Amino acid sequence: MSPSRLDNYAVADAPRLGVRGWARWVWRQVTSMRLALVLLLLVGLAAIPGSLLPQRPQSPGQVTRFLTDNPQLGPVLDAAGFLDVFNSAWFTAIYVLLVLSLVGCIVPRTFHYARAMRAPVAPVPRSLARYSPQVSVPVTDAQGALEAIAGRLRQGFVPYRVRIEQRSTSRGVPQWALSAEHNYVREAGNLLFHIGIVALIVVFAVGSFISYRGQAVVVEGRSFVNAVAGYDAFEPGRAFNPEWLPPFTIGLTALEAEFSPSGAPADFTAAVSGLAVDGTVVEDLIKVNAPLSIDGAQIFLAGNGYAPALTIRDGAGEIAFSGAVPFLPQDAAYTSDGVIKVPDVSLGEQLGIRATLLPTAAVVNTVPISLYPQPTNPVIVFQVFVGDLGLDDGIPQNVYVLQTDAMEPIREDSGEITTFFISPGETVTLPDGLGDVTWDALPRFAAFDVRADPTLGWLLAAAIITMVGIAVTLVGTQRKIWATATATGEEEVTLVVAAYSPHFDGALKDMCDGLASVGKGDS
Amino acid sequence: MTAQALSVYSLWGATSLYVISMLGYAFHAARVADARGRSVDVPTSSRSLGIGRATVIVGAVLHLVGVVARGVEAGHVPWSSMYEYTITGSLVVIAVFLVLARRRDAHFLGAFATGIASLSLGLALPLLYSASDQLQPALQSYWLVVHVSIAILATGIFAIGFAVTVIQLLRRSPRLNFAPPEEELEAMAFRLHAFGFVLWTFTVIAGAIWANEAWGRPWGWDPKEVWSFVIWALYAGYLHARTTRGWAGRRAAWLSVAGFAALIINFTVVNLVIQGLHSYAGV
Repeated sequence: MSPSRLDNYAVADAPRLGVRGWARWVWRQVTSMRLALVLLLLVGLAAIPGSLLPQRPQSPGQVTRFLTDNPQLGPVLDAAGFLDVFNSAWFTAIYVLLVLSLVGCIVPRTFHYARAMRAPVAPVPRSLARYSPQVSVPVTDAQGALEAIAGRLRQGFVPYRVRIEQRSTSRGVPQWALSAEHNYVREAGNLLFHIGIVALIVVFAVGSFISYRGQAVVVEGRSFVNAVAGYDAFEPGRAFNPEWLPPFTIGLTALEAEFSPSGAPADFTAAVSGLAVDGTVVEDLIKVNAPLSIDGAQIFLAGNGYAPALTIRDGAGEIAFSGAVPFLPQDAAYTSDGVIKVPDVSLGEQLGIRATLLPTAAVVNTVPISLYPQPTNPVIVFQVFVGDLGLDDGIPQNVYVLQTDAMEPIREDSGEITTFFISPGETVTLPDGLGDVTWDALPRFAAFDVRADPTLGWLLAAAIITMVGIAVTLVGTQRKIWATATATGEEEVTLVVAAYSPHFDGALKDMCDGLASVGKGDS
Repeated sequence: MTAQALSVYSLWGATSLYVISMLGYAFHAARVADARGRSVDVPTSSRSLGIGRATVIVGAVLHLVGVVARGVEAGHVPWSSMYEYTITGSLVVIAVFLVLARRRDAHFLGAFATGIASLSLGLALPLLYSASDQLQPALQSYWLVVHVSIAILATGIFAIGFAVTVIQLLRRSPRLNFAPPEEELEAMAFRLHAFGFVLWTFTVIAGAIWANEAWGRPWGWDPKEVWSFVIWALYAGYLHARTTRGWAGRRAAWLSVAGFAALIINFTVVNLVIQGLHSYAGV
């Protein structure tokens, strides 16, 4: 440190940084290579908690459980955005800064590149003495030697840009000089790659604003209409208007599920018939990797399960409920849980049923379990609750959860909750004249994910630009080649070939040797 | 002999040969380092080097037989589970080493390449082995061939790049005198990492296209996607750091080591501990 350090503000005459000065200073910092590097590493580091902690968009259920299990730490992490990392303010701040930094890097470099491409290759340095590796060989024809070298450099998959000129050395000796560079391909690839990355981020952000996604559970033989009411869950992008939804219809004709003998899923196929807005009928198969496209939306087969069709009669013998109820699979053997709410009884109190379907039922250690996902021996195990379902409060309820606060289960004389068993086609009569339950059929259901993102094509284009850019950087080098042919006596010409690369490049020496022998006319 | 038995026996055979090869290469490297240390003539060949070379080639043939037999037994490409990924990935490591060794003097890497391969196989065979099964619906796509094969190739190249970087970082010790000078190692590591990075970028993009077909979105921050991104960011950071003042050299090299660590975490912790959409990739 110098002892007489100058303090800018201590000197009255020193120019102060005005607003523009400060803006320029901030822009310099933002676009500096070092900050770009730090931001790149930060964005990687900041993503990690998103894989370790449950995230709201991906698994809302796990987030709720996490908050219950960690009453102290949970809310703190939640408030700090750790349970929704990728929408948090700090993650957004990092990547917005990174994009700014990228733009600030790309724009000047593109202009610089355009200028450099129009300008001729920089001339050969006055003296090649300090460049290594270099070779010198005697040749006979100065111009011919350099033309031969130029010819070789212009060949190849990625030709060099070459410039040949006649000049004289500092001592006035006439000299032919050749300079060639290869840098432009690499730089073009570099620019393309960075432009692609910015495009990817921008298109991805736009897509999250104007896309929509929804989940619909459809039982075999039924259909759903593409409207908010038709969905079990609907997530519009922040700028998406639900009125834009095209009202197409998708009907599930049949769902076929295959499993390997060990019970692992082997194949799922949903046969569907769709009715597009313009009246076109689409008959197609949806598989896990093969969605259906209709009216700009794509329909994916996201899940499947059983939806037992039951009929429940009340104490008066009237049909109080009839229909297929989707049961949610809980394990690989499709042990499935479901809830049936029967509010419309003509007599007595409301009924609620909490049921478990065992597709291939077996009793192991007195516990009924399912051994295999196919319906080889289907049994529904259920409990019945009597009382108020709580549906009349106007508060929306989860259809898969039975609220039993105001209900009493049917019990054995011993006081234990009664467990009923039923097989397909059977009717189970409930005690105390409450009615009966009949199992009519066992259709399957398909869980469809419907997504529409009009930016996908652009996203793919940006990805291809990125990929092409990074691939092109590999074929370009940062080499510069110089050659001079100087008369060093009567009839004597010396050819000097030198090469330079900003990084260690083990092939440079061989390249110089090769070019020197081309100049000599050996090869 | 069934394809299953052929596969397992061949892979155990390859593991043993790689261990012998590693000892051969290591012994030769020690002799070279010793000779350089005493400034006497450096042996260009020796019996131990010959053993190292011969056993790695025979080992690679057996390894290839083992991987192909597994594919035949399973009836699909042999990279749909952790076990299959490991046996194929370690074959790629050996293949990358053999390709390098054809083009330049790469003996110094021999002990590392065969060490990585024998360690992976030796861990995979007893710990990760799973009977071959039909492909799950989510994996029934040609993207399994494209996305995962390129991921394995990238992993294999990153593994060799990691070995070169480790030698580069330890090069100042006279015990590593058998290796080329530091700057040459740095250049070699850079080339490998740059190539690996291109393949990794392709892996991520292909994965996004597949994710869009299978799950209906190109990117959803699934744990595997998060870690693929972390790996990408770390290696991108490494490539930038090389040309950033104050970072070039050893500091940049550490970033590539961090990238490889993230790669290992992505394959182990993310597969085994964290629940996500890629969970079928488990044991």
